[in-house]
Amino acid sequence: MLQIDHIDVYYGKIQTLKDVSLRVDDGELVTLIGSNGAGKSTTLRTISGLLRPKQGSITYNGQRIDHLKPHEVVRLGVVHCPEGRRLFGHLSVGENLRLGAVTQTDSAEIERTRGEVYELFPKLKERNNQLAATLSGGEQQMLAIGRALMSRPKLLLLDEPSLGLAPLLVEALFAIIRQIKARGVTILLVEQNAWLALEVADRGYVMETGKIILADSAAALRTNPQVEEAYLGGGA
Amino acid sequence: MNTKMQRNGFLVVLGATLILLVGLSSSGSSFWQGIFINLGMYIILVVALNLSNGFTGVFSLGHIGFMALGAYISAILTLPLDKKASYLPDLPGWLAPVHLDMMIGPFPLGFLLATLIAGVLVTLIAVVVGLVLMRLSGHFVAVATLGFLVIVRVVLINADEFTRGSHTFSNVTAYTDLWWVYAWVFIALIAVWRLKFSSYGRAMFAQRDDGIAAQSVGIVIMRPRLLAFAVSAFFTAVAGALWAHYLTSFSPKAFYFDLTFRVITMLVVGGMGSVTGSVVGPAVITAIAEALRRLEDVTLLYGVSQIVLAVLFIVIIVFRPGGLMGEREINFAGLWQRLRFRASVAQEGSAAEP
Amino acid sequence: MSLPLYALQQLINALSVGSLYALMAAGLAMVFGILGLINFAHGDMMMIAAYIAAFSLIAGIPLPIALVLMVVGTIIVAVLMERIAYRPLRTAPAVATLLTSFAVGQILQNGALLTSRFAQQPLQIAFPPIDFLRGVVLAGALTIPKVNLVSLGLGLVLLLLLTLFVTRTTLGLSMRAAAEDIQAAQLMGIDTNRVIVTAFVIGAILASAAGLLYAVQAGTVNPDMGFSPVLKAFIAAVIGGFGSIAGAVVGGYALGLLEVLLVAIPGLGDILPAATTSPEVITFFKTYLPSTLTSYRDAFVFAALILLLLVRPGGILGTVDNDNTR
Repeated sequence: MLQIDHIDVYYGKIQTLKDVSLRVDDGELVTLIGSNGAGKSTTLRTISGLLRPKQGSITYNGQRIDHLKPHEVVRLGVVHCPEGRRLFGHLSVGENLRLGAVTQTDSAEIERTRGEVYELFPKLKERNNQLAATLSGGEQQMLAIGRALMSRPKLLLLDEPSLGLAPLLVEALFAIIRQIKARGVTILLVEQNAWLALEVADRGYVMETGKIILADSAAALRTNPQVEEAYLGGGA
Repeated sequence: MNTKMQRNGFLVVLGATLILLVGLSSSGSSFWQGIFINLGMYIILVVALNLSNGFTGVFSLGHIGFMALGAYISAILTLPLDKKASYLPDLPGWLAPVHLDMMIGPFPLGFLLATLIAGVLVTLIAVVVGLVLMRLSGHFVAVATLGFLVIVRVVLINADEFTRGSHTFSNVTAYTDLWWVYAWVFIALIAVWRLKFSSYGRAMFAQRDDGIAAQSVGIVIMRPRLLAFAVSAFFTAVAGALWAHYLTSFSPKAFYFDLTFRVITMLVVGGMGSVTGSVVGPAVITAIAEALRRLEDVTLLYGVSQIVLAVLFIVIIVFRPGGLMGEREINFAGLWQRLRFRASVAQEGSAAEP
Repeated sequence: MSLPLYALQQLINALSVGSLYALMAAGLAMVFGILGLINFAHGDMMMIAAYIAAFSLIAGIPLPIALVLMVVGTIIVAVLMERIAYRPLRTAPAVATLLTSFAVGQILQNGALLTSRFAQQPLQIAFPPIDFLRGVVLAGALTIPKVNLVSLGLGLVLLLLLTLFVTRTTLGLSMRAAAEDIQAAQLMGIDTNRVIVTAFVIGAILASAAGLLYAVQAGTVNPDMGFSPVLKAFIAAVIGGFGSIAGAVVGGYALGLLEVLLVAIPGLGDILPAATTSPEVITFFKTYLPSTLTSYRDAFVFAALILLLLVRPGGILGTVDNDNTR
């Protein structure tokens, strides 16, 4: 479904991704783990068109997408739910959801999707008219994911969804990620919490200083001593 | 060795300028003298503005207000007594008898004093205003200083007893000539050059390039900014005094947005942060503007030159945001070496010829 | 005139001036919110509108068509300036774009100048009278110029439409979203170029309304007529917390009120009934707030602006995050 081939990405003159290749197949949940600054978020930002690769290509369902603008990538069904939620705080919950569906034209369809999102996150329905900035941290993350789902993504790029959430909420969040996957959405998940990520994922890639250093099934990565040492805190 | 070559190169440039000035003043061509007097005044304005806007990054749009104050203050001071009584009858008692029009032989000492007094007074004003304005950053400072320009204009128009309001202020003695202007050009360039390479100058550039520090304006930020703003206001006021005693008549209208934009264009084209650019910018723009003015006179399409200059300005900002010079300076040592090389080649050439 | 009537008269003046400022400030704030660009050429859009209207009417084009030409022409100018001058500078420092907007203003002003020359018109053109905007309305003891009432009404109607647009339509919501976080807006699938062009178009529509009303009130048009209004609009936008459209509108009316107060309060010395007011009060107004102060109005307004920028950079309403006002 998504194929990244040997991309190099620069921030100004500093190279942040070196020869990165990865693949996400239809229906899969693939996770990208690694320490802070390894280039995980940069990878997602490059897929969604916020950054341009200097070398290499990104194809989605056989179509090159590395020259497209972010809004064109969204129209193809690749939706990026960014790190730090990036909600529109001065807009209400309902308005945030409506903007999530900005690429959709069929209003009946939009309402159906909104129903599904409310079903997944009942809290959002309660708080529909509240300003997004006034939500709690957990609710904001729910809204960020709900907003991304409003565009009916085929491939969802989730960047650090568990960041800053209490442990209980993290558990709930991962349950929801499983549900989203069960509805047929392909997911590329970037996580610092490698243990949890590898529990929900089918496959995983490990990044370090802008390079992919390991690629394997999630189960194999969980037991890989190198991964255990570096990211799982010796088995946690 | 290197400093010696630098000095030699500098002396060559200085010598060439002197020869040019002597040639100009003895040629008696009022057209070319006029152009070079204007150019000199622009150089002072631009190098002064560079000190504030280029070195510290605090972008002022209000400097022409300082220039206006310099022009009016000095002109009131040098106005001869007889003209003062009839021309500005409502001056307050303490100011009415002041007339700095004394001469020592051919040297207008009064004019020099008036220029210095105007410069110092405007510097004081700049310090007071700067204490407020220099706390702002980014484009807010630009708009606030533009507000200052408006305030100066309103005050000039309303302070009739000093300025004759919106009427033309005339009868100013024409003291300014080529030598006055270029003496001040020399002083301004040397002063700003030395500031740039001093520890004060480094502090100015440092706070400019440190965005985070600049947002929480503390004493470390405030001092270099204020210093730059004050020195810059001084020279701008001097340029105003020169301007007043060159044109001999003017009104508040002259010191407003058009002039502000003209000087900023020169600054940006030359290069913010480069003293050399503050000479190059005015020279290039004066040349283009002068050529376009002729074109306007022939075609009667008044306004075309402003449009062309504005387009040029946008092109520079888009494609060469650092201007022609960036922050670089003229390389006096390299210049000296090249001249020597050329001289030796010429010598060899002439030796081989016969 | 009695005191309440005087107050009412001045209030209507304030709201009519305020409408003009609000129309301008809303456009300015809209563009600033999204791009961080202080578009000083916004005042020149207003000037261009007034020129198109003036030339069309002088050429004998009927008013409705002239108005359409005015709005369409101003929109074209706005779109071109965004495309040619501002789009290449999206990532440039704020000061560079601000200076560019001055250059754009110079081009427009001198363009207007040149056009006048070709049309063999003087530098300052008398604005052709528009019948339904002439004269005054008499309401009891009040005499109100019609154009003031129209300014007030048109201002309110347009601002109401603007409010509906930014709260009810997807494009309007997209605009507010882009103003808050332009990258996040892109990730929603919002075409930010389209949103930016929309902001310029709406700004042009509001500015052309303001330009028409301004020209009718002043009776003339000239190339630098936009300078003072755009500065005032900027102040209004700062009062309202730069970047917030609602704040800019409130700021516009607040500024109108402030300006009229600066004129009206010194005038009190003349209208306070001498019989019932103690002479000290009248002397106070006549000596400490003489009418000559009125001519310093702009100086006071701008001094207030500088202080405001210093004390409350987020505006009096303070609804905008700091990172938006930087």
